[in-house]
Amino acid sequence: MTRRRYIESLGVRICLRIATAFVLVFLYVPLIVIVLYAFNSARAQGWPIDEYSTKWFGVAWNNGQVREAFANSIQVAIAATALALVLGSLAAFAVHRFRFFGRETISFLLVLPIALPGIVTGMALNSAINLGGQVFGLSFSLFTIIVGHATFCIVVVYNNVVARLRRTSSSLVEASMDLGANGFQTFRYVTLPSILTALVAGALLAFALSFDEIIVTNFTSGTENTLPKWIFNNLRLPNQRPQVNVVAFVVVVGSFIPVYIAQKLTEDEHARTPGKRRRGLFVRRRKEAGIPSPTVPHP
Amino acid sequence: MAVEVARGSFARRLSAYFHRHRRVRLAALLGPPMGWMLVVYLGALVLLFLAAFWRQNPLTAEIERVWGFDNFRTLVEGSVYRTITLRTVGIAAAVTVTDILLAFPVAYYAARVATPRVRTLLLLSIVLPLWSSYLVRLYAWRVILSGNGILNWTLDKIGLSVDVSYSNWAIWLVFSYLWLPYVALPIYAALQRIPNSYLEASTDMGAGWGTTLRRVVLPLALPGVVAGSIFAFSLTLGDYIAPTLVGNTLFIGNVVYQNVGIANNIPLASAFALVPVIIMALYLLGARRMGAFEAL
Repeated sequence: MTRRRYIESLGVRICLRIATAFVLVFLYVPLIVIVLYAFNSARAQGWPIDEYSTKWFGVAWNNGQVREAFANSIQVAIAATALALVLGSLAAFAVHRFRFFGRETISFLLVLPIALPGIVTGMALNSAINLGGQVFGLSFSLFTIIVGHATFCIVVVYNNVVARLRRTSSSLVEASMDLGANGFQTFRYVTLPSILTALVAGALLAFALSFDEIIVTNFTSGTENTLPKWIFNNLRLPNQRPQVNVVAFVVVVGSFIPVYIAQKLTEDEHARTPGKRRRGLFVRRRKEAGIPSPTVPHP
Repeated sequence: MAVEVARGSFARRLSAYFHRHRRVRLAALLGPPMGWMLVVYLGALVLLFLAAFWRQNPLTAEIERVWGFDNFRTLVEGSVYRTITLRTVGIAAAVTVTDILLAFPVAYYAARVATPRVRTLLLLSIVLPLWSSYLVRLYAWRVILSGNGILNWTLDKIGLSVDVSYSNWAIWLVFSYLWLPYVALPIYAALQRIPNSYLEASTDMGAGWGTTLRRVVLPLALPGVVAGSIFAFSLTLGDYIAPTLVGNTLFIGNVVYQNVGIANNIPLASAFALVPVIIMALYLLGARRMGAFEAL
Protein backbone atom coordinates (compact mmCIF):
# COMPACT_ATOMS: atom_id res chain seq x y z
CA MET A 1 0.00 0.00 0.00
CA THR A 2 1.30 3.37 -0.94
CA ARG A 3 1.32 6.07 1.67
CA ARG A 4 -1.63 8.43 1.47
CA ARG A 5 -0.77 11.93 0.52
CA TYR A 6 -2.65 14.27 2.83
CA ILE A 7 -3.57 17.73 1.74
CA GLU A 8 -4.34 18.51 5.37
CA SER A 9 -1.44 19.67 7.50
CA LEU A 10 -0.58 17.74 10.63
CA GLY A 11 -2.15 20.44 12.79
CA VAL A 12 -5.43 20.22 10.91
CA ARG A 13 -5.42 16.44 11.18
CA ILE A 14 -4.89 16.62 14.92
CA CYS A 15 -7.71 19.15 15.29
CA LEU A 16 -10.01 16.89 13.28
CA ARG A 17 -9.06 13.96 15.48
CA ILE A 18 -9.82 15.93 18.64
CA ALA A 19 -13.17 17.07 17.25
CA THR A 20 -14.03 13.48 16.33
CA ALA A 21 -13.09 12.22 19.77
CA PHE A 22 -15.22 14.95 21.35
CA VAL A 23 -18.24 13.98 19.27
CA LEU A 24 -17.81 10.30 20.07
CA VAL A 25 -17.68 11.08 23.80
CA PHE A 26 -20.79 13.22 23.36
CA LEU A 27 -22.56 10.35 21.58
CA TYR A 28 -21.70 7.70 24.12
CA VAL A 29 -21.84 9.45 27.51
CA PRO A 30 -25.65 9.07 27.78
CA LEU A 31 -25.47 5.38 26.96
CA ILE A 32 -22.77 4.84 29.58
CA VAL A 33 -24.89 6.77 32.06
CA ILE A 34 -27.81 4.40 31.43
CA VAL A 35 -25.61 1.38 32.04
CA LEU A 36 -24.21 2.85 35.27
CA TYR A 37 -27.56 3.92 36.69
CA ALA A 38 -29.12 0.52 36.08
CA PHE A 39 -26.77 -0.74 38.79
CA ASN A 40 -27.35 2.18 41.14
CA SER A 41 -28.45 0.80 44.47
CA ALA A 42 -29.94 4.04 45.80
CA ARG A 43 -33.43 5.29 44.95
CA ALA A 44 -32.17 8.82 44.39
CA GLN A 45 -30.70 9.73 40.99
CA GLY A 46 -27.82 11.87 42.22
CA TRP A 47 -24.29 11.83 40.89
CA PRO A 48 -21.84 10.34 41.83
CA ILE A 49 -23.33 6.92 42.42
CA ASP A 50 -22.40 5.71 45.91
CA GLU A 51 -23.06 2.02 45.70
CA TYR A 52 -23.62 -0.41 42.85
CA SER A 53 -25.90 -3.42 43.03
CA THR A 54 -28.09 -5.59 40.84
CA LYS A 55 -31.01 -5.62 43.24
CA TRP A 56 -33.34 -3.55 41.05
CA PHE A 57 -33.14 -6.10 38.25
CA GLY A 58 -34.99 -8.54 40.48
CA VAL A 59 -37.54 -5.93 41.48
CA ALA A 60 -38.22 -4.99 37.87
CA TRP A 61 -38.45 -8.62 36.84
CA ASN A 62 -41.13 -9.23 39.48
CA ASN A 63 -43.13 -6.16 38.46
CA GLY A 64 -46.27 -7.40 36.70
CA GLN A 65 -46.67 -4.22 34.65
CA VAL A 66 -43.12 -4.40 33.37
CA ARG A 67 -43.54 -8.03 32.45
CA GLU A 68 -46.74 -7.36 30.59
CA ALA A 69 -45.19 -4.42 28.77
CA PHE A 70 -42.18 -6.54 27.89
CA ALA A 71 -44.36 -9.35 26.54
CA ASN A 72 -46.36 -6.83 24.52
CA SER A 73 -43.23 -5.23 23.09
CA ILE A 74 -41.87 -8.60 21.99
CA GLN A 75 -45.17 -9.65 20.42
CA VAL A 76 -45.58 -6.36 18.60
CA ALA A 77 -41.99 -6.37 17.36
CA ILE A 78 -42.24 -9.95 16.07
CA ALA A 79 -45.57 -9.40 14.33
CA ALA A 80 -44.55 -6.06 12.82
CA THR A 81 -41.26 -7.56 11.66
CA ALA A 82 -43.04 -10.51 10.02
CA LEU A 83 -45.42 -8.19 8.17
CA ALA A 84 -42.61 -5.87 7.15
CA LEU A 85 -40.54 -8.82 5.91
CA VAL A 86 -43.28 -10.03 3.57
CA LEU A 87 -44.38 -6.61 2.32
CA GLY A 88 -40.87 -5.16 2.11
CA SER A 89 -39.42 -8.04 0.13
CA LEU A 90 -42.40 -8.18 -2.25
CA ALA A 91 -41.89 -4.49 -3.01
CA ALA A 92 -38.16 -5.03 -3.41
CA PHE A 93 -38.69 -7.85 -5.91
CA ALA A 94 -41.18 -5.80 -7.88
CA VAL A 95 -38.84 -2.82 -8.10
CA HIS A 96 -35.84 -4.97 -8.92
CA ARG A 97 -37.40 -7.20 -11.56
CA PHE A 98 -39.68 -4.86 -13.41
CA ARG A 99 -39.63 -1.51 -15.10
CA PHE A 100 -43.01 0.10 -14.74
CA PHE A 101 -44.71 3.42 -14.55
CA GLY A 102 -44.34 5.01 -11.12
CA ARG A 103 -41.47 2.78 -10.10
CA GLU A 104 -39.50 5.68 -8.68
CA THR A 105 -42.34 6.75 -6.43
CA ILE A 106 -42.43 3.40 -4.63
CA SER A 107 -39.38 3.95 -2.48
CA PHE A 108 -40.62 7.49 -1.87
CA LEU A 109 -43.96 6.18 -0.64
CA LEU A 110 -42.29 3.55 1.54
CA VAL A 111 -39.93 6.03 3.15
CA LEU A 112 -42.68 8.56 3.81
CA PRO A 113 -43.70 7.21 7.25
CA ILE A 114 -40.19 7.77 8.56
CA ALA A 115 -39.45 10.91 6.55
CA LEU A 116 -42.47 12.87 7.71
CA PRO A 117 -42.34 14.25 11.25
CA GLY A 118 -43.24 11.46 13.67
CA ILE A 119 -46.16 13.38 15.07
CA VAL A 120 -47.76 13.48 11.62
CA THR A 121 -47.55 9.72 11.13
CA GLY A 122 -48.88 9.20 14.65
CA MET A 123 -51.69 11.69 14.27
CA ALA A 124 -52.69 10.28 10.87
CA LEU A 125 -52.86 6.71 12.14
CA ASN A 126 -54.73 7.92 15.21
CA SER A 127 -57.48 9.52 13.14
CA ALA A 128 -57.64 6.44 10.90
CA ILE A 129 -58.10 4.18 13.93
CA ASN A 130 -60.79 6.48 15.32
CA LEU A 131 -62.62 6.35 12.00
CA GLY A 132 -62.17 2.58 11.87
CA GLY A 133 -63.72 2.46 15.32
CA GLN A 134 -66.82 4.28 14.15
CA VAL A 135 -67.13 2.36 10.89
CA PHE A 136 -66.31 -1.22 11.83
CA GLY A 137 -65.59 -1.30 15.54
CA LEU A 138 -61.80 -1.11 15.39
CA SER A 139 -60.35 -0.41 18.81
CA PHE A 140 -56.93 0.59 20.09
CA SER A 141 -55.10 -2.65 20.80
CA LEU A 142 -51.90 -4.53 20.15
CA PHE A 143 -53.21 -4.98 16.62
CA THR A 144 -53.26 -1.25 15.92
CA ILE A 145 -49.75 -0.89 17.36
CA ILE A 146 -48.57 -3.66 15.05
CA VAL A 147 -50.16 -2.03 12.00
CA GLY A 148 -48.45 1.26 12.81
CA HIS A 149 -45.05 -0.32 13.40
CA ALA A 150 -45.23 -2.50 10.29
CA THR A 151 -45.93 0.62 8.22
CA PHE A 152 -42.63 2.26 9.07
CA CYS A 153 -40.64 -1.00 9.23
CA ILE A 154 -41.38 -1.95 5.60
CA VAL A 155 -38.81 0.50 4.26
CA VAL A 156 -36.04 -1.04 6.38
CA VAL A 157 -36.56 -4.50 4.93
CA TYR A 158 -37.10 -3.05 1.46
CA ASN A 159 -33.81 -1.12 1.52
CA ASN A 160 -31.83 -4.13 2.63
CA VAL A 161 -33.35 -6.56 0.13
CA VAL A 162 -33.18 -4.15 -2.81
CA ALA A 163 -29.52 -3.47 -2.08
CA ARG A 164 -28.79 -7.19 -2.03
CA LEU A 165 -30.77 -7.96 -5.17
CA ARG A 166 -28.79 -5.32 -7.04
CA ARG A 167 -25.58 -7.06 -6.10
CA THR A 168 -26.62 -10.61 -7.00
CA SER A 169 -26.20 -11.36 -10.66
CA SER A 170 -29.22 -12.46 -12.62
CA SER A 171 -27.26 -15.16 -14.46
CA LEU A 172 -27.77 -17.56 -11.55
CA VAL A 173 -31.53 -17.23 -11.84
CA GLU A 174 -31.34 -17.67 -15.61
CA ALA A 175 -29.16 -20.75 -15.24
CA SER A 176 -31.63 -22.24 -12.80
CA MET A 177 -34.52 -21.64 -15.19
CA ASP A 178 -32.52 -23.03 -18.12
CA LEU A 179 -31.89 -26.19 -16.12
CA GLY A 180 -35.62 -26.71 -15.78
CA ALA A 181 -36.44 -25.36 -12.34
CA ASN A 182 -39.76 -23.59 -12.08
CA GLY A 183 -40.18 -20.18 -10.55
CA PHE A 184 -40.83 -21.45 -7.04
CA GLN A 185 -37.89 -23.84 -7.10
CA THR A 186 -35.63 -21.10 -8.38
CA PHE A 187 -36.82 -18.87 -5.59
CA ARG A 188 -36.36 -21.57 -2.97
CA TYR A 189 -32.92 -22.81 -4.05
CA VAL A 190 -31.29 -19.84 -5.77
CA THR A 191 -32.81 -16.49 -4.87
CA LEU A 192 -33.62 -17.13 -1.23
CA PRO A 193 -30.14 -18.33 -0.21
CA SER A 194 -28.56 -15.32 -1.87
CA ILE A 195 -30.77 -12.78 -0.11
CA LEU A 196 -31.03 -14.62 3.20
CA THR A 197 -28.57 -12.52 5.18
CA ALA A 198 -30.17 -9.34 3.83
CA LEU A 199 -33.54 -10.62 5.00
CA VAL A 200 -32.15 -11.45 8.43
CA ALA A 201 -30.46 -8.06 8.69
CA GLY A 202 -33.64 -6.27 7.60
CA ALA A 203 -35.67 -8.26 10.11
CA LEU A 204 -33.28 -7.47 12.95
CA LEU A 205 -33.32 -3.77 12.16
CA ALA A 206 -37.10 -3.75 11.89
CA PHE A 207 -37.30 -5.56 15.22
CA ALA A 208 -35.02 -3.01 16.86
CA LEU A 209 -36.98 -0.14 15.35
CA SER A 210 -40.29 -1.51 16.59
CA PHE A 211 -38.99 -2.59 20.01
CA ASP A 212 -38.17 0.92 21.15
CA GLU A 213 -40.63 3.06 19.19
CA ILE A 214 -42.56 5.58 21.25
CA ILE A 215 -43.68 8.56 19.14
CA VAL A 216 -46.12 6.70 16.91
CA THR A 217 -46.93 4.09 19.56
CA ASN A 218 -48.37 6.73 21.87
CA PHE A 219 -50.94 7.52 19.20
CA THR A 220 -51.86 3.97 18.23
CA SER A 221 -51.81 2.06 21.51
CA GLY A 222 -54.74 3.34 23.58
CA THR A 223 -54.29 1.79 27.02
CA GLU A 224 -51.96 -1.01 25.94
CA ASN A 225 -48.45 -0.81 27.32
CA THR A 226 -45.13 -1.42 25.63
CA LEU A 227 -41.75 -1.14 27.30
CA PRO A 228 -40.97 2.34 25.95
CA LYS A 229 -44.48 3.44 26.89
CA TRP A 230 -44.03 2.08 30.39
CA ILE A 231 -40.78 4.04 30.69
CA PHE A 232 -42.49 7.16 29.35
CA ASN A 233 -45.34 6.89 31.85
CA ASN A 234 -43.20 6.04 34.86
CA LEU A 235 -40.06 8.10 34.54
CA ARG A 236 -41.57 11.04 36.38
CA LEU A 237 -42.48 8.96 39.40
CA PRO A 238 -39.58 9.11 41.91
CA ASN A 239 -40.48 5.72 43.38
CA GLN A 240 -40.26 3.95 40.04
CA ARG A 241 -36.92 5.44 38.96
CA PRO A 242 -34.70 2.49 39.85
CA GLN A 243 -36.94 0.19 37.85
CA VAL A 244 -37.08 2.65 34.98
CA ASN A 245 -33.28 2.60 34.95
CA VAL A 246 -33.26 -1.18 34.69
CA VAL A 247 -35.88 -1.26 31.94
CA ALA A 248 -33.99 1.46 30.04
CA PHE A 249 -30.86 -0.66 30.25
CA VAL A 250 -32.75 -3.69 28.93
CA VAL A 251 -34.20 -1.68 26.04
CA VAL A 252 -30.75 -0.40 25.08
CA VAL A 253 -29.27 -3.88 25.11
CA GLY A 254 -32.35 -5.27 23.35
CA SER A 255 -31.88 -2.94 20.40
CA PHE A 256 -28.07 -2.86 20.40
CA ILE A 257 -27.54 -6.58 19.91
CA PRO A 258 -29.79 -7.08 16.86
CA VAL A 259 -28.43 -3.95 15.20
CA TYR A 260 -24.86 -4.99 15.80
CA ILE A 261 -25.52 -8.41 14.25
CA ALA A 262 -27.34 -6.79 11.33
CA GLN A 263 -24.40 -4.48 10.66
CA LYS A 264 -22.05 -7.45 10.66
CA LEU A 265 -24.28 -9.34 8.23
CA THR A 266 -24.38 -6.55 5.67
CA GLU A 267 -20.97 -5.11 6.29
CA ASP A 268 -19.93 -5.00 2.65
CA GLU A 269 -23.10 -3.49 1.36
CA HIS A 270 -24.14 -0.06 0.47
CA ALA A 271 -27.67 -0.36 1.72
CA ARG A 272 -28.79 3.19 1.10
CA THR A 273 -29.44 5.32 -1.98
CA PRO A 274 -32.15 3.31 -3.66
CA GLY A 275 -32.71 4.13 -7.30
CA LYS A 276 -29.10 4.55 -8.41
CA ARG A 277 -27.65 2.17 -10.91
CA ARG A 278 -24.05 3.18 -11.52
CA ARG A 279 -22.76 1.78 -8.32
CA GLY A 280 -20.62 -1.22 -9.28
CA LEU A 281 -17.32 0.52 -8.79
CA PHE A 282 -18.46 2.07 -5.57
CA VAL A 283 -19.51 -1.17 -4.00
CA ARG A 284 -16.25 -2.80 -4.90
CA ARG A 285 -14.26 0.08 -3.53
CA ARG A 286 -16.25 0.14 -0.34
CA LYS A 287 -15.83 -3.58 -0.03
CA GLU A 288 -12.09 -3.36 -0.39
CA ALA A 289 -11.98 -0.61 2.16
CA GLY A 290 -14.17 -2.64 4.48
CA ILE A 291 -16.68 0.15 4.92
CA PRO A 292 -19.96 -0.87 6.47
CA SER A 293 -23.20 0.40 5.11
CA PRO A 294 -24.97 2.63 7.52
CA THR A 295 -28.69 2.09 7.37
CA VAL A 296 -30.58 4.88 8.98
CA PRO A 297 -33.60 4.37 11.20
CA HIS A 298 -36.20 6.71 12.49
CA PRO A 299 -36.33 7.30 16.20
CA MET B 1 -46.00 -39.61 -4.06
CA ALA B 2 -49.03 -38.97 -6.20
CA VAL B 3 -49.80 -35.92 -4.10
CA GLU B 4 -46.24 -34.78 -4.52
CA VAL B 5 -46.53 -35.01 -8.30
CA ALA B 6 -49.87 -33.26 -8.34
CA ARG B 7 -48.51 -30.45 -6.20
CA GLY B 8 -45.42 -30.26 -8.33
CA SER B 9 -47.41 -29.94 -11.47
CA PHE B 10 -49.68 -27.33 -9.93
CA ALA B 11 -46.67 -25.34 -8.83
CA ARG B 12 -45.21 -25.75 -12.30
CA ARG B 13 -48.39 -24.61 -13.97
CA LEU B 14 -48.69 -21.64 -11.64
CA SER B 15 -45.08 -20.78 -12.20
CA ALA B 16 -45.49 -21.02 -15.96
CA TYR B 17 -48.59 -18.87 -15.75
CA PHE B 18 -46.72 -16.21 -13.84
CA HIS B 19 -43.86 -16.47 -16.26
CA ARG B 20 -46.10 -15.84 -19.24
CA HIS B 21 -48.12 -13.06 -17.63
CA ARG B 22 -45.69 -10.40 -16.52
CA ARG B 23 -48.40 -8.03 -15.44
CA VAL B 24 -50.03 -10.59 -13.18
CA ARG B 25 -46.65 -11.32 -11.66
CA LEU B 26 -46.00 -7.64 -11.10
CA ALA B 27 -49.46 -7.17 -9.61
CA ALA B 28 -48.93 -10.13 -7.28
CA LEU B 29 -45.63 -8.66 -6.07
CA LEU B 30 -46.69 -5.06 -5.89
CA GLY B 31 -50.28 -5.46 -4.76
CA PRO B 32 -49.81 -6.32 -1.07
CA PRO B 33 -47.19 -3.69 -0.15
CA MET B 34 -48.76 -0.91 -2.18
CA GLY B 35 -52.23 -1.85 -1.02
CA TRP B 36 -50.98 -1.66 2.57
CA MET B 37 -49.29 1.69 2.10
CA LEU B 38 -52.25 3.19 0.25
CA VAL B 39 -54.91 1.96 2.64
CA VAL B 40 -53.12 2.21 5.96
CA TYR B 41 -50.84 5.14 5.38
CA LEU B 42 -51.98 7.39 2.57
CA GLY B 43 -55.58 6.82 3.66
CA ALA B 44 -54.63 7.93 7.14
CA LEU B 45 -52.81 10.98 5.83
CA VAL B 46 -55.83 12.02 3.75
CA LEU B 47 -58.01 11.60 6.82
CA LEU B 48 -55.66 13.80 8.82
CA PHE B 49 -55.90 16.40 6.12
CA LEU B 50 -59.71 16.23 6.09
CA ALA B 51 -60.02 16.31 9.86
CA ALA B 52 -58.17 19.61 9.89
CA PHE B 53 -61.21 21.20 8.27
CA TRP B 54 -63.73 19.78 10.75
CA ARG B 55 -64.53 21.34 14.07
CA GLN B 56 -65.14 20.52 17.67
CA ASN B 57 -68.39 21.56 19.25
CA PRO B 58 -67.29 23.86 22.08
CA LEU B 59 -70.11 22.73 24.38
CA THR B 60 -70.26 18.98 23.92
CA ALA B 61 -66.63 18.48 22.80
CA GLU B 62 -68.03 16.25 20.06
CA ILE B 63 -66.36 16.38 16.66
CA GLU B 64 -68.67 17.72 13.99
CA ARG B 65 -67.98 17.07 10.33
CA VAL B 66 -68.71 20.61 9.31
CA TRP B 67 -66.27 22.08 6.86
CA GLY B 68 -64.49 25.31 7.58
CA PHE B 69 -61.22 27.07 8.15
CA ASP B 70 -61.89 27.75 11.84
CA ASN B 71 -58.93 25.70 13.03
CA PHE B 72 -56.53 27.50 10.77
CA ARG B 73 -57.97 30.82 11.82
CA THR B 74 -57.39 29.86 15.45
CA LEU B 75 -53.81 28.93 14.66
CA VAL B 76 -53.04 32.10 12.75
CA GLU B 77 -54.82 34.49 15.10
CA GLY B 78 -53.90 32.89 18.41
CA SER B 79 -50.65 34.49 19.53
CA VAL B 80 -49.93 31.39 21.65
CA TYR B 81 -49.82 29.19 18.58
CA ARG B 82 -47.69 31.68 16.70
CA THR B 83 -45.18 31.80 19.54
CA ILE B 84 -45.09 28.00 19.70
CA THR B 85 -44.56 27.70 15.96
CA LEU B 86 -41.79 30.29 16.00
CA ARG B 87 -40.14 28.61 18.99
CA THR B 88 -40.27 25.21 17.29
CA VAL B 89 -38.88 26.49 14.02
CA GLY B 90 -36.23 28.57 15.81
CA ILE B 91 -34.96 25.68 17.91
CA ALA B 92 -35.10 23.40 14.86
CA ALA B 93 -32.90 25.85 12.95
CA ALA B 94 -30.46 26.19 15.87
CA VAL B 95 -30.25 22.41 16.21
CA THR B 96 -29.64 22.02 12.49
CA VAL B 97 -26.77 24.50 12.49
CA THR B 98 -25.24 22.97 15.63
CA ASP B 99 -25.38 19.50 14.17
CA ILE B 100 -23.76 20.58 10.92
CA LEU B 101 -20.92 22.22 12.86
CA LEU B 102 -20.43 19.12 15.01
CA ALA B 103 -20.88 16.58 12.23
CA PHE B 104 -18.72 18.14 9.55
CA PRO B 105 -15.30 17.60 11.21
CA VAL B 106 -16.22 14.01 12.10
CA ALA B 107 -17.46 13.28 8.59
CA TYR B 108 -14.37 14.92 7.14
CA TYR B 109 -12.10 12.93 9.39
CA ALA B 110 -13.87 9.67 8.50
CA ALA B 111 -13.94 10.37 4.78
CA ARG B 112 -10.48 11.81 4.17
CA VAL B 113 -8.08 11.25 7.04
CA ALA B 114 -8.93 8.00 8.84
CA THR B 115 -7.45 4.68 7.79
CA PRO B 116 -10.00 2.20 6.40
CA ARG B 117 -10.09 0.26 9.66
CA VAL B 118 -10.65 3.33 11.79
CA ARG B 119 -13.22 4.55 9.30
CA THR B 120 -15.23 1.34 9.63
CA LEU B 121 -15.18 1.57 13.40
CA LEU B 122 -16.04 5.25 13.36
CA LEU B 123 -19.02 4.81 11.08
CA LEU B 124 -20.29 1.93 13.16
CA SER B 125 -19.98 4.00 16.32
CA ILE B 126 -21.92 6.84 14.72
CA VAL B 127 -24.68 4.52 13.55
CA LEU B 128 -25.10 2.43 16.70
CA PRO B 129 -26.53 5.17 18.97
CA LEU B 130 -29.16 5.83 16.32
CA TRP B 131 -30.54 2.38 16.78
CA SER B 132 -30.42 2.30 20.53
CA SER B 133 -33.68 3.51 21.92
CA TYR B 134 -34.51 7.13 21.29
CA LEU B 135 -36.56 7.33 24.48
CA VAL B 136 -33.80 5.83 26.59
CA ARG B 137 -31.23 8.29 25.27
CA LEU B 138 -33.64 11.09 26.11
CA TYR B 139 -34.13 9.64 29.55
CA ALA B 140 -30.36 9.49 29.99
CA TRP B 141 -30.17 13.23 29.27
CA ARG B 142 -32.91 13.88 31.76
CA VAL B 143 -30.80 12.09 34.37
CA ILE B 144 -27.64 13.93 33.31
CA LEU B 145 -29.25 17.38 33.26
CA SER B 146 -31.30 17.07 36.44
CA GLY B 147 -30.52 19.30 39.40
CA ASN B 148 -28.18 16.85 41.13
CA GLY B 149 -27.09 15.12 37.94
CA ILE B 150 -23.70 14.72 36.30
CA LEU B 151 -23.69 18.01 34.41
CA ASN B 152 -24.33 20.21 37.40
CA TRP B 153 -21.88 18.16 39.45
CA THR B 154 -19.20 18.69 36.79
CA LEU B 155 -19.99 22.37 36.39
CA ASP B 156 -19.78 22.76 40.16
CA LYS B 157 -16.36 21.12 40.21
CA ILE B 158 -15.00 23.57 37.69
CA GLY B 159 -16.58 26.46 39.53
CA LEU B 160 -19.44 27.31 37.18
CA SER B 161 -22.96 27.37 38.43
CA VAL B 162 -25.36 27.54 35.50
CA ASP B 163 -28.45 25.45 35.78
CA VAL B 164 -29.61 24.39 32.33
CA SER B 165 -32.15 21.81 33.50
CA TYR B 166 -35.65 22.20 32.11
CA SER B 167 -34.78 25.08 29.81
CA ASN B 168 -34.71 25.74 26.07
CA TRP B 169 -30.95 25.27 26.30
CA ALA B 170 -31.51 21.73 27.48
CA ILE B 171 -33.92 21.08 24.62
CA TRP B 172 -31.44 22.49 22.12
CA LEU B 173 -28.63 20.33 23.53
CA VAL B 174 -30.70 17.15 23.58
CA PHE B 175 -32.10 17.60 20.08
CA SER B 176 -28.60 18.27 18.77
CA TYR B 177 -27.50 15.07 20.43
CA LEU B 178 -30.38 12.99 19.11
CA TRP B 179 -30.10 13.94 15.44
CA LEU B 180 -26.33 14.26 15.12
CA PRO B 181 -25.79 10.86 13.44
CA TYR B 182 -28.51 11.62 10.87
CA VAL B 183 -26.60 14.73 9.86
CA ALA B 184 -23.16 13.12 9.94
CA LEU B 185 -23.96 10.24 7.57
CA PRO B 186 -25.06 12.20 4.47
CA ILE B 187 -22.18 14.66 4.93
CA TYR B 188 -19.81 11.72 5.12
CA ALA B 189 -21.31 10.23 1.97
CA ALA B 190 -20.92 13.51 0.09
CA LEU B 191 -17.33 14.04 1.25
CA GLN B 192 -16.38 10.51 0.40
CA ARG B 193 -17.52 10.99 -3.17
CA ILE B 194 -15.14 13.90 -3.83
CA PRO B 195 -12.26 12.50 -5.88
CA ASN B 196 -8.87 12.94 -4.28
CA SER B 197 -7.52 14.32 -7.52
CA TYR B 198 -9.71 17.44 -7.22
CA LEU B 199 -8.14 18.28 -3.90
CA GLU B 200 -4.65 17.49 -5.11
CA ALA B 201 -5.19 19.66 -8.16
CA SER B 202 -6.31 22.48 -5.92
CA THR B 203 -3.26 22.25 -3.65
CA ASP B 204 -0.92 21.74 -6.61
CA MET B 205 -2.11 25.03 -7.98
CA GLY B 206 -1.09 26.71 -4.79
CA ALA B 207 -4.25 26.84 -2.74
CA GLY B 208 -3.79 26.14 0.94
CA TRP B 209 -6.00 23.73 2.83
CA GLY B 210 -8.28 26.54 3.96
CA THR B 211 -8.85 27.78 0.44
CA THR B 212 -9.35 24.25 -0.89
CA LEU B 213 -11.87 23.57 1.86
CA ARG B 214 -13.78 26.75 1.11
CA ARG B 215 -13.62 26.70 -2.69
CA VAL B 216 -13.61 22.98 -3.51
CA VAL B 217 -14.73 20.78 -0.63
CA LEU B 218 -17.60 22.85 0.77
CA PRO B 219 -19.38 23.44 -2.56
CA LEU B 220 -19.13 19.75 -3.41
CA ALA B 221 -20.27 18.68 0.06
CA LEU B 222 -23.16 21.14 0.16
CA PRO B 223 -25.82 18.69 -1.11
CA GLY B 224 -24.81 16.28 1.67
CA VAL B 225 -24.99 19.05 4.25
CA VAL B 226 -28.44 20.05 3.05
CA ALA B 227 -29.56 16.41 3.03
CA GLY B 228 -28.41 16.03 6.62
CA SER B 229 -30.12 19.24 7.62
CA ILE B 230 -33.43 17.87 6.35
CA PHE B 231 -33.32 15.16 9.00
CA ALA B 232 -32.35 17.44 11.88
CA PHE B 233 -34.95 20.02 10.93
CA SER B 234 -37.81 17.63 10.24
CA LEU B 235 -37.23 15.48 13.29
CA THR B 236 -37.15 18.51 15.59
CA LEU B 237 -40.36 19.87 14.08
CA GLY B 238 -42.19 16.61 14.71
CA ASP B 239 -40.97 15.78 18.20
CA TYR B 240 -43.06 16.10 21.32
CA ILE B 241 -41.22 13.84 23.75
CA ALA B 242 -37.97 15.74 24.26
CA PRO B 243 -39.61 19.06 25.24
CA THR B 244 -41.75 17.30 27.86
CA LEU B 245 -38.84 15.37 29.33
CA VAL B 246 -36.00 17.89 29.43
CA GLY B 247 -37.72 21.24 28.90
CA ASN B 248 -40.63 23.23 30.20
CA THR B 249 -41.89 24.94 27.06
CA LEU B 250 -44.40 23.79 24.48
CA PHE B 251 -43.55 22.75 20.95
CA ILE B 252 -45.90 22.09 18.02
CA GLY B 253 -45.81 18.39 18.82
CA ASN B 254 -46.83 18.93 22.43
CA VAL B 255 -49.89 20.93 21.46
CA VAL B 256 -50.90 18.28 18.95
CA TYR B 257 -50.41 15.51 21.48
CA GLN B 258 -52.37 17.32 24.18
CA ASN B 259 -55.23 18.00 21.82
CA VAL B 260 -55.42 14.36 20.82
CA GLY B 261 -55.19 13.00 24.34
CA ILE B 262 -56.69 15.33 26.90
CA ALA B 263 -58.67 17.97 25.05
CA ASN B 264 -59.84 15.55 22.36
CA ASN B 265 -59.90 18.37 19.85
CA ILE B 266 -58.74 16.27 16.93
CA PRO B 267 -59.61 18.84 14.24
CA LEU B 268 -57.35 21.48 15.82
CA ALA B 269 -54.62 18.88 16.39
CA SER B 270 -54.82 17.82 12.74
CA ALA B 271 -54.61 21.40 11.57
CA PHE B 272 -51.58 22.07 13.75
CA ALA B 273 -49.94 18.80 12.65
CA LEU B 274 -50.16 20.08 9.09
CA VAL B 275 -47.97 23.06 9.98
CA PRO B 276 -44.73 20.99 10.16
CA VAL B 277 -45.79 19.23 6.96
CA ILE B 278 -46.15 22.54 5.15
CA ILE B 279 -42.87 23.86 6.54
CA MET B 280 -41.10 20.64 5.54
CA ALA B 281 -42.61 20.74 2.05
CA LEU B 282 -41.16 24.22 1.56
CA TYR B 283 -37.85 23.11 3.03
CA LEU B 284 -37.73 20.06 0.75
CA LEU B 285 -38.48 22.16 -2.31
CA GLY B 286 -35.55 24.38 -1.42
CA ALA B 287 -33.37 21.37 -0.69
CA ARG B 288 -34.16 19.81 -4.03
CA ARG B 289 -32.97 22.93 -5.75
CA MET B 290 -29.65 22.53 -4.00
CA GLY B 291 -29.34 18.94 -5.18
CA ALA B 292 -29.80 17.37 -1.75
CA PHE B 293 -31.70 14.37 -3.04
CA GLU B 294 -28.83 13.15 -5.15
CA ALA B 295 -26.81 13.06 -1.94
CA LEU B 296 -29.19 10.89 0.05
